[in-house]
Amino acid sequence: MNAAQIVLPALGPALPELILSLGVLVLILYGAFRGERSAEGVNVGALILLVVALFAVMSQSGAKVTTLNGSFIVDNFSKVMKALILIGSAATILLSRDYFQRARIDRFEFPILLVLCTIGMMVMASANDLISLYLGLELQSLAAYVIAAFHRDNLKSTEAGLKYFVLGALSSGMLLYGASLVYGFTGTVSFPGIVAALDGTAGLGIVLGIVFVAAGVAFKLAAVPFHMWTPDVYEGSPTPVTAFFASAPKMAAMAMTVRLFIGAFPDVTAVWQQIIVFVAIASMALGSFAAIGQRSLKRLMAYSSIGNVGYALVGLAAGSQEGIRGVVVYMIIYLAMTLGAFAVLLSLRRGGEMFETVDDLSGLSRTHPILAFCLAAMMFSLAGIPPLAGFFAKYYVFAAAIKADLVALAVIGVVTSVVGAFYYLRLVKVMYFDEPVAAYEPMPPGLRIVLGLASVVVVLFWIVPAPLVGAAGAAAKSLF
Amino acid sequence: MFGLGILSGLLIVPLCGAAFILTLGEETEASKRNARWAALITTLATFLLSLVAWGRYDATTASFQLVETHAWLSETTRFKLGVDGFSMPLILLTTFLMPFCIGASWLSVNTRVKEYFVAFLVLETTMIGVFCALDLVLFYLFFEAGLIPMFLIIGIWGGKRRIYASFKFFLYTLLGSVLMLLAIMAMYWHAGTTDIPTLLHTRFPVGMQTWLWLAFFASFAVKMPMWPVHTWLPDAHVEAPTAGSVILAGILLKMGGYGFIRVSLPMFPDASHAFAPMVFALSVIAIIFTSLIALMQTDIKKLIAYSSVAHMGFVTLGLFTMNEQGIQGALFLMISHGIVSGALFLCVGVVYDRMHTREIAAYGGLVKRMPLYAAAMMVFTMANVGLPGTSGFVGEFLAMMGAFRANPTVAFFSVFGIILSAGYALWLYARVIYGKLEKPNLQGILDLDLREKIIIAPLVALTIYYGVHPAPVLDTFAPSTEALMQSMRTALSNTQTAAATLPPASR
Repeated sequence: MNAAQIVLPALGPALPELILSLGVLVLILYGAFRGERSAEGVNVGALILLVVALFAVMSQSGAKVTTLNGSFIVDNFSKVMKALILIGSAATILLSRDYFQRARIDRFEFPILLVLCTIGMMVMASANDLISLYLGLELQSLAAYVIAAFHRDNLKSTEAGLKYFVLGALSSGMLLYGASLVYGFTGTVSFPGIVAALDGTAGLGIVLGIVFVAAGVAFKLAAVPFHMWTPDVYEGSPTPVTAFFASAPKMAAMAMTVRLFIGAFPDVTAVWQQIIVFVAIASMALGSFAAIGQRSLKRLMAYSSIGNVGYALVGLAAGSQEGIRGVVVYMIIYLAMTLGAFAVLLSLRRGGEMFETVDDLSGLSRTHPILAFCLAAMMFSLAGIPPLAGFFAKYYVFAAAIKADLVALAVIGVVTSVVGAFYYLRLVKVMYFDEPVAAYEPMPPGLRIVLGLASVVVVLFWIVPAPLVGAAGAAAKSLF
Repeated sequence: MFGLGILSGLLIVPLCGAAFILTLGEETEASKRNARWAALITTLATFLLSLVAWGRYDATTASFQLVETHAWLSETTRFKLGVDGFSMPLILLTTFLMPFCIGASWLSVNTRVKEYFVAFLVLETTMIGVFCALDLVLFYLFFEAGLIPMFLIIGIWGGKRRIYASFKFFLYTLLGSVLMLLAIMAMYWHAGTTDIPTLLHTRFPVGMQTWLWLAFFASFAVKMPMWPVHTWLPDAHVEAPTAGSVILAGILLKMGGYGFIRVSLPMFPDASHAFAPMVFALSVIAIIFTSLIALMQTDIKKLIAYSSVAHMGFVTLGLFTMNEQGIQGALFLMISHGIVSGALFLCVGVVYDRMHTREIAAYGGLVKRMPLYAAAMMVFTMANVGLPGTSGFVGEFLAMMGAFRANPTVAFFSVFGIILSAGYALWLYARVIYGKLEKPNLQGILDLDLREKIIIAPLVALTIYYGVHPAPVLDTFAPSTEALMQSMRTALSNTQTAAATLPPASR
């Protein structure tokens, strides 16, 4: 017999992605057959899938393995970032249940799109060449555009989806154009191949390519000057979706950015470092100053996320192992702070109406002391006040910047963090110093779980910081 | 116990008390009473524990004692605690003042009592932490963490302009401190560790010292507070509740001085030497200028706040004379000012609780109705002026003696501060206590009750005791001061010989 030998690539490293992909197909079938009544089941199924995938990710050894012709890489870095992505997505399901049911948009498509988006994000974290990077990015983005407009009878939500789509497509185009330039001047799309082809020098074509790629990723990260979509999309999307946009896709975009610059352009740091430094400074400054005047909590969180991306990029600007460790620590803590803050935001509900402005927090410390305490902890943490976790996040990125002699960047960073502290403090002031308004309805259990876990991480991080910092250190090490 | 030493105990006990108070239920009269007693018992227990630590402390050596180390961020940044001659007295001062603060808030704080005492106990942990941290990152952590409870204390239980004052306090101090954080990182990358005992023996290049010194100065000068960055203090003092003012003046202001002696002087001797004239100038301006401002105040608390800035001017002056008398005097003044200004704010609290005004003009002739109060206030006023026989005299005298040795001109100008302080303090006393008891609403004012007597009596005793017998405190400071002088002399002479032996071309 002369049967053609079919060699399957080793799929083991991509096991978590496969679990999600196959699982989501089952869920689609289930949803399609059961119709509208299936929302509950599909949500539970999606949550189980995400948790199983999380276990699959955690059980990976962390040793560096590539597969699918070198386009897919698994290492400690992808492991940590995928865990964060999965936690973000799972938390979104917990955050969304109550909201969607009450808004009467509880459809089974949401968890399915969420899982698809998660698969895209995980591919982004594992991408080892430009093609798989783009594939992951587009899968993530397309699902995200749809869920932004998920409240389809709501004008703002559809506007948010459309805006996100148009601008997202533009940025994908820029990224693709940059990628094609890089491919044209190096003759390869694989990151190790690009490193070898560049050999430590970057001609004009490569510089142009890097600039376009940087513009594309800056859009995905919502970093200045490509941040304009963020406040509108955050405000227009249903709040659980906003929580999602502020958490998991940020992890994926940061993972992709780090992998791209450290994996493909490690020897031409001088070319991209100045871009990152500029983007970081602009993001930190805009995130701090523009948030001061915001009354809407969702817009405020949008500017806060812009600023936070700026701080995380300070670590990338350092371009060193310490810097990447800082980025990873930052993303871990940022995830906890963001999910915690949105869990509080989602529980401001009274008589079927959601409250979303700063003034609605008035006197929360008297009506809901625990809720107020948790949100205050998140705010002090976002402001970077020790002993809360946010301080350590900033500590690691700025320490890396100081080591890389980026003193001016660090000084600007800490000064903008003081400006930012002003608006975080304002929320604390409103909750603790002002007179209370009427009480809100009790928190649904899903929100309680998310808020409880996030608060534990944020408040108690300083007592046992070693495990998370150690994981971040291992993740950074695997890139160098 | 559980592998933790006595200093960890000092940090944990207040937190346990806070946790217990949090578990108390709804705000009822019973739970308020329980919260008060729990807070009082916790602070007393902490004080007793600090006395135990004091008993185990050997005051004859300069080395760090009761040291304990726990794993923390990394091998080089550990959770390390320890005390020496500089920090031990300040820890005792902290734990000593806390029960008075609780006592002073016994009746005057009647809303959100639980949260109030939780904030105070957390604040106590952070203050003790600052003084016993032997790792710079840990030091920074506690230094900044104290802002959160203090922000809430001023903002929730403060006066009319409490929100403005709390934001100003928070942001001012934060802006100063973040630069210190960057300096700590730079030191870490240079020395490979943030362990304070190791850094004390690390020589930083002179150029680097300059920048590091300035970054730390930004933080400590705001905290101190030195002129011209003192403007947050009068606002914070005036708006804070009585106990908040006591802690601000008594302990929080001492963190700046402690920072100078723990970090700036020993770790950056060359930069300290180079910047000493600037510090002298700022100190003298602070002493004279803020004393003049104090003369013009119509608010009792504001007057005492400005007098605090002036006294802190003496502290910085003494510290940067870099001789034994100056440093000893500055340290003693810190302890003495902690007791005296704390006591003065408590005294203001006594009449404020009765009349709900801090306007000087609203009082007069109190001696007729409140003889005990007048006597106590007299002792503290005299100590504030620096009258011999009170604790205030010893510190100011030593600091000025040191200043005279270092720079007679500076000493000459600083003496005006003493004269002016006599002016504003005596004037305040005369306007509030003496004169005719004309105001109708003062006719019924009552003298100190039992609670207030218990609070004020120990402070009176201590003020006079340390005035006539300052040796116990000075002896505790002495070995550490000597060691500091020794290391600074060696460092400075090394720099000078290095500069002298360099060939001219390469200078």
